[in-house]
Amino acid sequence: MPLILDHVCQVYNADTEMSVRALDDVSLIIPEGQFIGVIGHTGSGKSTLIQHLNGLILPTSGSVYYNGQDITDKDFDRKELRKHVGLVFQYPEHQLFETDVFTDVCFGPKNIGMSKKEAELAAFDALRKVGFPDDLYYASVFELSGGQKRRAAVAGVLAMKPDFLILDEPTAGLDPVGRYEILDMVSELHRTAGITIILVSHSMEDVAMYVERVIVMDKGRVAYDDVPREVFSHSEELEKMGLSIPEPSKIARQLIKAGLNVDPGVLTSGEAADSIYKALMYR
Amino acid sequence: MIRDITIGQYYQTKSVIHRLDPRVKLLGTLLFIIALFSYKNPLGYALGIAFMCMVIKLSHVPVKFITKGLKGIMMIMCITVVINLFLTAGTPLISFWKITITYEGLAMAVTMIIRLILLIMGSSIVTLTTTPNNLTDGLEKGLGFMKVFHVPVGDVAMMMSIALRFIPILLEETDRIMKAQLARGADFENGNLVKRAKALVPVLVPLFVSAFRRAGDLAMAMEARCYRGGDGRTKMKPLVYKKRDAVAYIILFAFMVLSIFLGRWSVITGFFNNIYLNILK
Amino acid sequence: MDIVKADNLVFEYIRRDDEGNPVDVTTALDHVNIDVKQGEFVGILGHNGSGKSTFAKHLNAILYPTEGTVIVDGMNTTDESRVWDVRSTAGMVFQNPDNQIIGQVVEEDVGFGPENLGVPTAEIWSRVEESLRAVGMLEFRYKSPGKLSGGQKQRVSIAGVLAMHPKCIILDEPTAMLDPSGRKEVVRAIRGLNDVEKMTVILITHYMDEVVHADRIFVMDKGRVVMHGTPREIFSQVEQLESLRLDVPGPTRIAWELKKKGIPLPDGILTCEELVKEIQKCR
Repeated sequence: MPLILDHVCQVYNADTEMSVRALDDVSLIIPEGQFIGVIGHTGSGKSTLIQHLNGLILPTSGSVYYNGQDITDKDFDRKELRKHVGLVFQYPEHQLFETDVFTDVCFGPKNIGMSKKEAELAAFDALRKVGFPDDLYYASVFELSGGQKRRAAVAGVLAMKPDFLILDEPTAGLDPVGRYEILDMVSELHRTAGITIILVSHSMEDVAMYVERVIVMDKGRVAYDDVPREVFSHSEELEKMGLSIPEPSKIARQLIKAGLNVDPGVLTSGEAADSIYKALMYR
Repeated sequence: MIRDITIGQYYQTKSVIHRLDPRVKLLGTLLFIIALFSYKNPLGYALGIAFMCMVIKLSHVPVKFITKGLKGIMMIMCITVVINLFLTAGTPLISFWKITITYEGLAMAVTMIIRLILLIMGSSIVTLTTTPNNLTDGLEKGLGFMKVFHVPVGDVAMMMSIALRFIPILLEETDRIMKAQLARGADFENGNLVKRAKALVPVLVPLFVSAFRRAGDLAMAMEARCYRGGDGRTKMKPLVYKKRDAVAYIILFAFMVLSIFLGRWSVITGFFNNIYLNILK
Repeated sequence: MDIVKADNLVFEYIRRDDEGNPVDVTTALDHVNIDVKQGEFVGILGHNGSGKSTFAKHLNAILYPTEGTVIVDGMNTTDESRVWDVRSTAGMVFQNPDNQIIGQVVEEDVGFGPENLGVPTAEIWSRVEESLRAVGMLEFRYKSPGKLSGGQKQRVSIAGVLAMHPKCIILDEPTAMLDPSGRKEVVRAIRGLNDVEKMTVILITHYMDEVVHADRIFVMDKGRVVMHGTPREIFSQVEQLESLRLDVPGPTRIAWELKKKGIPLPDGILTCEELVKEIQKCR
């Protein structure tokens, strides 16, 4: 079932001098099965946006629909919605609280009414899917490395078997290899488990390499919503929004200006190298 | 409810009261409270109210803002009234069923209400007109004499100001953790008291862990910036008494003399007691 | 003259059980030799857990060597009588901006260090002003730190260290928690300090692009210095960096991939401009 945002507005501190329009007339359809990147600089409304998708924030005006129901309705069961739409916050390891990893991962499934047995099976399954090392299932949260903690936290949400998985800056604070490991893991979840992924990031490189659709947020509005190639072709506009295009695209653009026949849509260094090579060889 | 309590909030505007040295304001509050509890006749309270009104007028803080602070203590006020009204022995005024209201009870209840209101307004006005930092500085300097008794006044003041700085950060963090656990299906709203208290564990544990981590980080950052306790430090913004502070001290002194004279002098108190006794007859 | 010199520095964490008996020993730093000259910009790279932060804490006398010595401006950091001199000579900026700002107003926070050093009031004011100006934060002096962006907070932290008039400033992953625009402004401020104020800078990071302009780079892994040289020398060794869980700057990677395909490019290309220029030469 798709998630639909229909003319959603969110105003914080309405009627005061500090009134902030965090979301301004946002309409989006998020069908199942996609791998979506949401980018925007700090304060562009991307964090507010994703919290609307599982009902943690309700719109000031407009509606959010899931499964044909308006989630803002009084009798709508938002707890039920959170089963289907999992949200992993920034620095999710800060939410771990149980004595060991496994018990912590069981917290979510138990909350949504799974039996002890079901919850444990779900936890095992989730920990395996995020590639958490077997020998650390019963380790204390404090003994884990940064990347391991983050995997455990993602597993905590994944164990609830959501159809949509939203991740807010899942790579923040990790080193380069840690970043790729987490992104590969997420990509794997999308491919094998068929989960719809919404990846919030301010790293263009991450988004360019993995997603099939990019939503660019700026000042609470959807500035672009398209495939990565298309979105990154608006390099000047993106830079005005405080965002930069992936470095390979930037280099390709400069080479085109210099008169080389390079593909302007390259996103990764591999693609850029191929395209430059071709331009140099087959002139 | 928490939002209604104005004690501890700062109201930004420009006024004489805002500019006063925090030591004047702190001592003033202390004296005001002492005066409040020493009055023996209505004239004293009238003086207290008049003084309060003068300070509020001078502070440019909207009266609405100050009275909002009273909402928070509504419950305490009600309980005080009920206890005093119904449980004070003396000459009956009205009596129905098993309950008797006495003249003494009524007088006591009114007195207590006036005292409480003035007390809360008096302390609110200090925090409303003084930044937390300024207040801490005032306490540090004002209580400086305690160092003689080996009380680490400087360190305590530093702790206070750090606590004040971290309150908004920790509140924000609480909100974030609660949302994260909500997303994991936690439920903070339904169930009985025990269940709800239990539901807070997933919030409190990470919150404490984070608070300790922050404390550790902060201690390291402070050491790296050569913080080594209160002694030997200089001040970027030292407290210096100005002319207006001297004037304020004189006014305070005059207020105290008047308070003792009007509020406690036997002739005046006797006069009011006579009226009171006449009513009783 | 060397402002910082670590000579055969060894540091061991000893983990103890409940009775205080040592359980195991982790060697966090293993015979590290690093020297930094007055006025230099030195980058220290390494993935999370490589020992680079542990090293930084030695320069500030927060940790003391198990073996070997650390000399800061002629002072041995183990000399207890000079601890505060060491700390005011080698100022330190940490990762999390929220956990190192003490004041409730920007200017008061910057004044904290000088206050601790017993600097007279009038001089504190002039130091605060010049420090805030050096990082471009003077216009925010009356603001509450809570109202600033991450990048601005970090610049305030840098100003707070500058106001102590250190001879050298150590930044321990100052950009790890920032978004790209915050990272850019902090890196610009740091480069300004080195270029304009001639401040000795030691920048610890895992973002490669932040140290392309450094004079020298040390790469750490498992508590050891494994590579050492100019950015050009370091970044020409793409494969070795990858084996150390590190990335290379985007342009360097593209150049390296092109070279693999047989395009004759020189080693150690670091910036977009260089790459574009070199590729044009190949036409």
